[in-house]
Amino acid sequence: MSDMTKLTDLSVKDAVDALTNGQISSRELTKAFLDRISEHEAEIHAFITTTPEMALEMADGADAKRVQLKKVGETVPSLLGLPLAIKDVLCVDGVRATCGSKILEQFKPPFNATVVEKLLDAGIVVLGKTNTDEFAMGSSTENSAYGVTHNPWDINRVPGGSSGGSAAAVAAKFSPAALGTDTGGSVRQPASFCGVTGIKPTYGRVSRYGLIAYGSSLDTVGVLARTAEDVETIFWLTAGFDERDATTINAPIADAACHEGVDIKGLRVGVPEEYFIEGIQPEVEQSVRAAIETFRELGAEIIDISLPHTEYALPVYYLIAPAEASANLARYDGVRFGLRASDENMMQMFTKSRGAGFGPEVKRRIMLGTYALSAGYYDAYYGQAQKVRTLIKADFDSVFTKVDAVAAPVAPTTAFKIGGHGDDPLAMYLEDVFTLPANLAGVPGMAFPAGFDSDGLPIGMQLMGRHFDEETLFKLTHVFQQHTDWHLRTPEL
Amino acid sequence: MSLTFEEVEHIALLARLDLSLEEKQRYQQQLSDILEYVAQLQKLDTGDISPTSSHLPPRSRLRADVPREGLSQERALENAPDLEANQFKVPPVLE
Repeated sequence: MSDMTKLTDLSVKDAVDALTNGQISSRELTKAFLDRISEHEAEIHAFITTTPEMALEMADGADAKRVQLKKVGETVPSLLGLPLAIKDVLCVDGVRATCGSKILEQFKPPFNATVVEKLLDAGIVVLGKTNTDEFAMGSSTENSAYGVTHNPWDINRVPGGSSGGSAAAVAAKFSPAALGTDTGGSVRQPASFCGVTGIKPTYGRVSRYGLIAYGSSLDTVGVLARTAEDVETIFWLTAGFDERDATTINAPIADAACHEGVDIKGLRVGVPEEYFIEGIQPEVEQSVRAAIETFRELGAEIIDISLPHTEYALPVYYLIAPAEASANLARYDGVRFGLRASDENMMQMFTKSRGAGFGPEVKRRIMLGTYALSAGYYDAYYGQAQKVRTLIKADFDSVFTKVDAVAAPVAPTTAFKIGGHGDDPLAMYLEDVFTLPANLAGVPGMAFPAGFDSDGLPIGMQLMGRHFDEETLFKLTHVFQQHTDWHLRTPEL
Repeated sequence: MSLTFEEVEHIALLARLDLSLEEKQRYQQQLSDILEYVAQLQKLDTGDISPTSSHLPPRSRLRADVPREGLSQERALENAPDLEANQFKVPPVLE
């Protein structure tokens, strides 16, 4: 396995196997990905920061550790030597974390996020920090202060967002997998636009300690890779209670290898009428419906269902998320970290640092959230949104008594052109219409390739599941991918 | 729902955001459009519905009160925009 292009083709599972049986070293594997990044990063721009020296050092460390552990007969960590890309909203000790914002241009966190810590314990090698919409606010990665990421399937199109850098890095084979985050669809929608597989876990499943906060009742940390099996191999290692995140819960953790020979006979998959609405690109609907037929042929029972409050998810989200963001982002005041744009007096320090450091979409959401929480408007906006959120959650509670998973498109369209939504925030917000409900209800969601449109762009579909039942989503997606080849197609760079 | 220019300035002050005239004008229009869009929520009768702020059962968690190492002062100050005598330095609070 000395051919470099072959090494970057490896799935997580095959790379881990090759590392384990000594066919390749972590240095060879890491070098192959770093070389591919050097060769194509100029056209894709998946990363804000690459860490090639650190990566090679970590790879050498992993190779040495493997020899050492084998010698003394101790267990080798499951991902030892596997390269991984990490969204630039998650803290890696000593590596710049910008959140796609000028306000954190110089910020080097003095600690690791819990998910990062867990994966470092499992042996990963950090390739770099991937591009994101500023503070994860966006659906195209165009809101990054560090330039847009280009979709590897068509570099004139967006990769989706906000985890657009992570999705593009996986699609371009810059990394076998990547960490992303999903507050309103930010793992699933870019996974869909870039033709990769990604999970948004149940709220409470994965620690957010060290995730730079956006909307705290919605934020989740997820994994993107090229197959469900690869996503799952990494995902379960990130899950579980963390005493540094009071919103985490210790729910049973499954084993990625348990889907060997599994079948999905008898699993009930619901198809909500509200997700096949006017305005959806016809090819998206056709592909998703064809995929649902595939699930039927594979033994799943397909049941028509209704999630009647779906249409309200968008207005609810665009009140709750900005309200939470306006509170979370109050910490950027120029005092302890981040940009300080004025030393004239305290007020100037606050307003000028924030005015100069935040980009247009972040300011817009802070303004919107501040208004929604302000005296006299709280009940009408934020309070009402939280009540409607209860109705959206009740819709899911009700359908999950009848079905085991819900199948739907991820986004109404395939990847749109860079600049395609101009300066129209509402048009951009509509991109999230099918992904927001899962965040508002706290349920897990899985996105994976289900076809291509006539422009050759990937079409994604999603499965949503019960709270803490990611396993059913992995099972369904894994079986689907055993019988289809959409996920095996990769873009030519 | 349409916001006045003065309301935009008031929100910007509450949010501690220094905005240019052009930004204020743009946000006045865009925020008005967004507020008009989200106003559709008002038509739902939610009289007896309780609000959802979290999906997790309400509970408080305590961990064992065991001393452990925290961030060192040196590391905690690494990202400070300005420092003096190992402390964060800010402009005068009182004139």
